[in-house]
Amino acid sequence: MSTLTWGVSRGHVELLQFFRDRTAVVFTFAFPGMLLLLFGTIFQDSYDQPGVSASHVFSASMIAYGILATAFVTMGAGLAMDREDGTLKRLHGTPISATSYVLGKLFLVLVLSVVETIVLIALGAVVFGMSLPDASHWLTFAWVFLLSITACSLLGMAVSAIVKHARTAGAILNVPVVALQFISGVFIYPVTQLPSWLINVAAIFPVKWMAQGFRYVFLPDGMRINEAAGQWELGRVALVLGAWCVIGLVLCLVTFRWTRPDR
Amino acid sequence: MTDAVEVRDVVVRYGDTTAVDGVSLTVPRGRVLSLLGHNGAGKTSLLQVCEGFRRADGGTARVLGLDPVGDHDALMPRLGIMLQSGGVYPWATAGEILRLFASFAAAPLDVEMLLDRLGLRKFERTRWRRLSGGEQQRLSLAVALVGRPELVFLDEPTAGMDTEARHTTWRLIEELRADGVSVLLTTHLLDEAERLADEVVIMRSGVVAATGTPAELTAAAGIDLLEVRADPGLVPDSRLADLKVTETTPGEYAIAGALDAAVISDVLGWFAAKDAQVTAVNTRRRTLEDVYLALTTGEKTKVSR
Repeated sequence: MSTLTWGVSRGHVELLQFFRDRTAVVFTFAFPGMLLLLFGTIFQDSYDQPGVSASHVFSASMIAYGILATAFVTMGAGLAMDREDGTLKRLHGTPISATSYVLGKLFLVLVLSVVETIVLIALGAVVFGMSLPDASHWLTFAWVFLLSITACSLLGMAVSAIVKHARTAGAILNVPVVALQFISGVFIYPVTQLPSWLINVAAIFPVKWMAQGFRYVFLPDGMRINEAAGQWELGRVALVLGAWCVIGLVLCLVTFRWTRPDR
Repeated sequence: MTDAVEVRDVVVRYGDTTAVDGVSLTVPRGRVLSLLGHNGAGKTSLLQVCEGFRRADGGTARVLGLDPVGDHDALMPRLGIMLQSGGVYPWATAGEILRLFASFAAAPLDVEMLLDRLGLRKFERTRWRRLSGGEQQRLSLAVALVGRPELVFLDEPTAGMDTEARHTTWRLIEELRADGVSVLLTTHLLDEAERLADEVVIMRSGVVAATGTPAELTAAAGIDLLEVRADPGLVPDSRLADLKVTETTPGEYAIAGALDAAVISDVLGWFAAKDAQVTAVNTRRRTLEDVYLALTTGEKTKVSR
C-alpha cells in the first residue's frame, strides 16, 4: 500500500460525498457560471480588437474565479469541516499519512476544477461565441491551470488553520476571494482603470496572474495592451504562481494540525 | 514481550483544568482492561494520550513498546481505534466507509464478514448521516477492527447500542481477547466491565480511585451484606455488637460486617432468641456497582459545590 493508492481511495469517497450533496454541487458549479452570464450580458464594452467583446474577456478571466472558488474555498472549508467533525482525527488513527489525506482532497479539487472550467469555457463558447484557441495556447492553459489549482489549494489549506469554526469558514475564505476579484482584473477590466498602488497590491497575489494567463490563452494577441504591463508576461505568471505554491506548501507544513487545538 | 500499554504518572491539562492527574496503568498483552468512571473523570483524555492524539503534559505512555506520538507511523498499522463520536464522511454509505478503512490496512479482515457479524448488512447502502446512534457505533467498531489490530482502544464501545448489539459487541470483544488481541476500553456500564475486563481501573476526577480484577474489587473485606425480614422494632443488643445492624424499613434489617458462616448462624440465632418470625433471609455480595458508587459519589458533591 502506498501513499498514492490511499490518496486515490480517499479521493474516491470525497467525490462520492461531494456529488451526493446537491446543494454544494449546484452552488459550486452554478455560481461562477451565473456571474459569467450576468457580467457578459451587462457589459457591452468593445475594444479596438475586431471580434473581441467584454463577454469573451469575462469568459477567460472567470476561469480564475472558478478555480479560486473550487480550489481555495472547497479545500479550506473542507479541511476546516473535517477537522471540526473529527474526520481528520479518525484518519489520524489509521495508517494513512497527512500526504495521503491531502492527496485525496487534491483529487477532489482537481476534478471539481476541471468540471468548473469546462462549464465556464462552454458557456463562453456557446453563449458568447468565444473562439477556442489553438494547440500551443492549450499547452499554456495546462500549466497555468495546474499551477493555479496547486497554489489555491495549498493556500486554502493554510488559511483553514486560522478558521476557528467550520460554519464560518465559507465567510472567511470568501473575503480574499471577492476582494481579489475586484483588484485583479476579473470583475473590473481593463485593470488599468484602478489606481496604480492597487494594481501593485494585486500583483502580489496569484489571482491577477491566473486571470492574465487565461486571458492570454483565450484572447487575441493584440489584447495584451489592456494588461497592466501591456504584455502577457507569461514568465512572470509562472514565477509568481510557482512562488505561491512554495509559500503555500511551507505554510501548510507549518500550520497543519490533525485536531482542533482545544480538543 | 513488552506490555501492550504502559502508562506512568500521566498528566493531561486543558488550560487551567487538570483532566488526568498522574495516572499509571498497565495492559498486559492479550488482556482486557476497563477504565471505569463518570463522564469527565478523565477516561477519554487518558485514551487520547495512548492513541497519540495529544502529548501528555507529564509522565510517559508506551504503546506496544513505542511512543504513541513520536512513533505514530509505525504504531498505527498495529492499532484499532474506536472514537466516541463523529469523524466519518456523512454522505458516504456504511459499506463505502468500511471498505475505505479496509483499504488502509495491509491485511484487512473480510469486509463482508464484518458487515454480517455486526448486523450492518442491511445498512450497507445507507449513508452515515441516516444511521441511528447504535448503528453508527457498530460501524465505528467495525472500522476499528478491520485492520486486524494487535491492540484496540474502544471509547465507550456500546454507548447507544440496543441490547442485542451490545451482546454481539461483547462476544466480539471476547473473541478478540481469545485471539490474543489486547483491549483498553472505557465504559460507565458496570456489567460491561464486570463481564469483559480482566482488570478494572476506576477513575475519579482524573486520578485512579481503585484498581483490581472485578472479583478483587467486589471481595474486599467486610462488604458482604445480610438482609433479614422479621418482626419490626427489634433492638440489637451486645450479642450483635461486632456487626452493623440497621432497620432500613420497619421489619427489614440490613446487617453488615465480617459475615462468615458462624456469624450468620449467630445472627439468625439472635432472631430466634427474640422469638421473631423470620420470613426472608438474603445474603448479598457487594457488586462492582456498590464499589463504584462508594468510590465515586464524592465526585458528585465536589462538582455541585
